[in-house]
Amino acid sequence: MTAIGTFTPRPGAAPLARMIRVQAALETRMLLRNGEQLLLTVVIPTLLLVLFSAVDIIDTGAGSTVDFLAPGVLALAVMSTAFTGQAIATGFERRYGVLKRLAASPLPRWGLMTAKTCAVLVTEVLQIVLLTVVALALGWSPQGNPLAVAALLVLGTAAFSGLGLLMAGTLRAEATLAAANLVFLLLLVGGGVIVPLTKFPEAAQTVLGLLPISALSDGLRAVLQHGAALPWGDLGILAVWAVLGLGAAARFFRWE
Amino acid sequence: MPSTSPGSPRTPGRAPAVEVAGLVKRYGSRSPKTAVDGLDLTVARGGVTALLGPNGAGKTTTVEICEGYRRPDAGTVRVLGLDPVADAARLRPRIGVMLQSGGVYSGARAEEMLRHTASLHADPVDVGLLIDRLGLGSCGRTTYRRLSGGQQQRLALAMAVVGRPELVFLDEPTAGLDPQARHATWDLVRELRTDGVSVVLTTHFMDEAEQLADDVAIIDGGRVIAQGTPEELCRGGAENTLRFTGRPGLDLASLRKALPEDSTTAEPAPGSYRVTGTVDPQMLATVASWCAQNGVLPDTIAVERHTLEDVFLDLTGKELRG
Repeated sequence: MTAIGTFTPRPGAAPLARMIRVQAALETRMLLRNGEQLLLTVVIPTLLLVLFSAVDIIDTGAGSTVDFLAPGVLALAVMSTAFTGQAIATGFERRYGVLKRLAASPLPRWGLMTAKTCAVLVTEVLQIVLLTVVALALGWSPQGNPLAVAALLVLGTAAFSGLGLLMAGTLRAEATLAAANLVFLLLLVGGGVIVPLTKFPEAAQTVLGLLPISALSDGLRAVLQHGAALPWGDLGILAVWAVLGLGAAARFFRWE
Repeated sequence: MPSTSPGSPRTPGRAPAVEVAGLVKRYGSRSPKTAVDGLDLTVARGGVTALLGPNGAGKTTTVEICEGYRRPDAGTVRVLGLDPVADAARLRPRIGVMLQSGGVYSGARAEEMLRHTASLHADPVDVGLLIDRLGLGSCGRTTYRRLSGGQQQRLALAMAVVGRPELVFLDEPTAGLDPQARHATWDLVRELRTDGVSVVLTTHFMDEAEQLADDVAIIDGGRVIAQGTPEELCRGGAENTLRFTGRPGLDLASLRKALPEDSTTAEPAPGSYRVTGTVDPQMLATVASWCAQNGVLPDTIAVERHTLEDVFLDLTGKELRG
């Protein structure tokens, strides 16, 4: 019998729950450590909220400006993390072989995706807490049922995650970086975040209203500004995007 | 004591570490390029096997098929007796993988990433020990993108072995390393072997294969063209040389006649003689008795061993890079 050496094989996976937990913690640290990501997920939404609440640039209709802006900025925060941030980070992880190397680890792929989703949700919670505090300080008076808000945020996250992962798993990392930022900018302007959709021509309104960002900001506004129960139309649009996006990502995602 | 087969460090009665038969892999759909072309390979357990070949020979493709990353176009592959794709969930915890490059979040710190990889395994190696062993202590808090190429390589190696795998695949583990780091890597591979880990590594360095491997498979054009221990490969096939020294100006004609037809004799420098042909005990006896007949006491008589480099050149007609 030989002595037990440093490397004497004793292979085995850690318990699944532990693997997912440590992976989620690592993914969250990677998101929060990235300066460009923080600009996108924290600085820009906060700045928009403060700037447009303080300065009367856009006619946001009846009621206080912050009551209009806060739901839109919350929708933007979800999009910045679940779509833009996740697309860019995952695109570069794919490019640099991180996903490939993890695929050889005991962590199953669905475990990795679960961990990524947890990291996105944790980041969103931090964003929402920060933006809520800032908005309340600016005089925000939210209405409605928190559960309806949660339903919208979860479906919105699912829709944006599917689209972000689809982009990250099919395009080159540089193309994902450019496209994710461009889409972020376009949807920021044309998705009812800070500019009401009613400012656009009527034909455009119909199309823009079907975008996931419009559905999310419109739904959040219906609940938080107007106290609606459950905005089924917006939830329906988000659900369709979620099914299409996640389905396409599952079908077309390439791991390396 | 149970009897074991003599001289074999390998464990009988278990599936081989790797068993590949008739493996074919093509890339591209319009004008497919054949990367692996009917490759056969058996890797026994408990030793170091080097897949030696030039760039583009099909080494990485073969290894990545064994790791479950790609499906073969034809042939069968078994790793630890399992199908790398169909049985991936059972196989992955048992193998360690070092990719040729990358594999780490650019913002992750070296030690953080190693600890993370360790925590995905049930009974990992002590992380601190591994960091010391591979000289990663000074860069433990450095993010991956700021590590030198050599540090990135060593981190990838540490990640491959931290889970105490039965079998480790190392794809060019010392490419781009300085001599010191290279030796640290070699020492670690030797220790893995001592501790009973099976190691499959790809390399285009002859000395690496000669230094480390119990078994060398020479790969060229997507096939294994020769396999054996470094000694077997260096002995077999290639023409060998015997040299001896003695009095200058000996008449070699009688020696030439005493030797087999395909042999040659020469005196390249005064008193320094060279005989080429199949060097076997018979040839040595012939040379010795010829020396006795001529009253020559050779100061030295030596069988010149071919290096793997010569063998490779003979087999492929190519120089290895690096």
